[in-house]
Amino acid sequence: MSVGRQKLNRREFFGWLSIGWITFSATCAGFASLVFRYLYPNVVFEPPMDFIAGFPSEYEEGVDERWKNGFGVWIYKNEGTLVAMSNICTHLGCVPNWLPAERKFKCPCHGSGYYPNGINFEGPAPRPLERYKVSLSADGKIIVDKSKVYRYEKGEWGNPGSFINV
Amino acid sequence: MAKRSFAEYVANTQVWKSVFRHGPPDNARNRAAVVAGNVFLHLHPIKLKKSGVQLGYTWCMGGLTFFVFLALTITGVLLMFYYRPTAEYAFNDIIALREHVPLGIMRELHRWGAHLMVITVWIHMFRVFMTGSYKPPREFNWGVGVILLTLTLLLSFTGYLLPWDQLAIWAITVGSNMAKATPFLGHGGPGAALAKIGDFVMVSDKNDVRFQLLGGRFVGEPALLRFYILHCVFIPIVVAVLIAVHFWRVRKDGGISAPL
Repeated sequence: MSVGRQKLNRREFFGWLSIGWITFSATCAGFASLVFRYLYPNVVFEPPMDFIAGFPSEYEEGVDERWKNGFGVWIYKNEGTLVAMSNICTHLGCVPNWLPAERKFKCPCHGSGYYPNGINFEGPAPRPLERYKVSLSADGKIIVDKSKVYRYEKGEWGNPGSFINV
Repeated sequence: MAKRSFAEYVANTQVWKSVFRHGPPDNARNRAAVVAGNVFLHLHPIKLKKSGVQLGYTWCMGGLTFFVFLALTITGVLLMFYYRPTAEYAFNDIIALREHVPLGIMRELHRWGAHLMVITVWIHMFRVFMTGSYKPPREFNWGVGVILLTLTLLLSFTGYLLPWDQLAIWAITVGSNMAKATPFLGHGGPGAALAKIGDFVMVSDKNDVRFQLLGGRFVGEPALLRFYILHCVFIPIVVAVLIAVHFWRVRKDGGISAPL
């Protein structure tokens, strides 16, 4: 047997060619999937999804804006119940303003209006403002958890967790 | 020996001849060599039909779009020397470009040019449609054109966020919320509610396409950086490649706007 290079026949050539292309394609596909994952950061520097909002007795009847900046939440206290409302307009995601004189939320982007309880009544908003989970801690403070959402149109506003009795 | 002119002397230097490999374009052969021997011009056909340069045929809208794209590239690169895409600096840098930087009109040139490019692209497509220039054998190039239209609008959209003022942030909030409604891939879209294993939600605001676009759950600093990179690097490169394909196919598919 000669020590020199063996000549590939046609069949062997295509065999090696296939292995080469399959390896190359698999490597590219693997790298592409890693790049896809790369675009999803493991850590985001955003406000936490839950926070402690003090004692219920600190709130007066009606809409409270103290958590709007920073956490994006309105606390609404009405006739013995307290809820945490999202401040994201259900039309296209802007932040409405609370207009105390007119007793309504008004979105500056496209004019959606909401009653103090979050029900939409004017403009293009298709549904009421969403509510976040509220509960009381052991020492009686309000815990707002924004990762759990209650929607009026799904009949979830009566669910436990969507409000607290105060 | 006849005295040579200075131009003749220059044209006979080794430097000149190494750059221009053909003789003066005073005959058809050399004129063809000018186009064929130049990497930029060779996308263009060597010969045109007379109708191809008549404004009534083309309105020159494709050419104007390309011209505006070049102007936007130049002004855009110049803006990058002063603009920093961070929440701390972005808005102030835009103000500084107008107030403290010489030639304070540079940012306006870029903005007006951007508006103009969207307008000329639409008129170009209108002309192509009305003259039936999308018909075979040009249907592939119509497809390339539609992609270029989309990319032009995406350039416009991504550039909109960069001034980092209230208009920009809320416009991109509204615009990117549409990505939320993507079927199966957006957490508010049809099919997303189905992708659930027990209590575990597979498509949420932490892993859908909108999160990938913004690098977060809302329009914040990561979104500004992503849009900056898309606007200044990624989309322009794709557009430049597709423009080359577009021009090449205009030539290969029978020339510019003439009956076949």
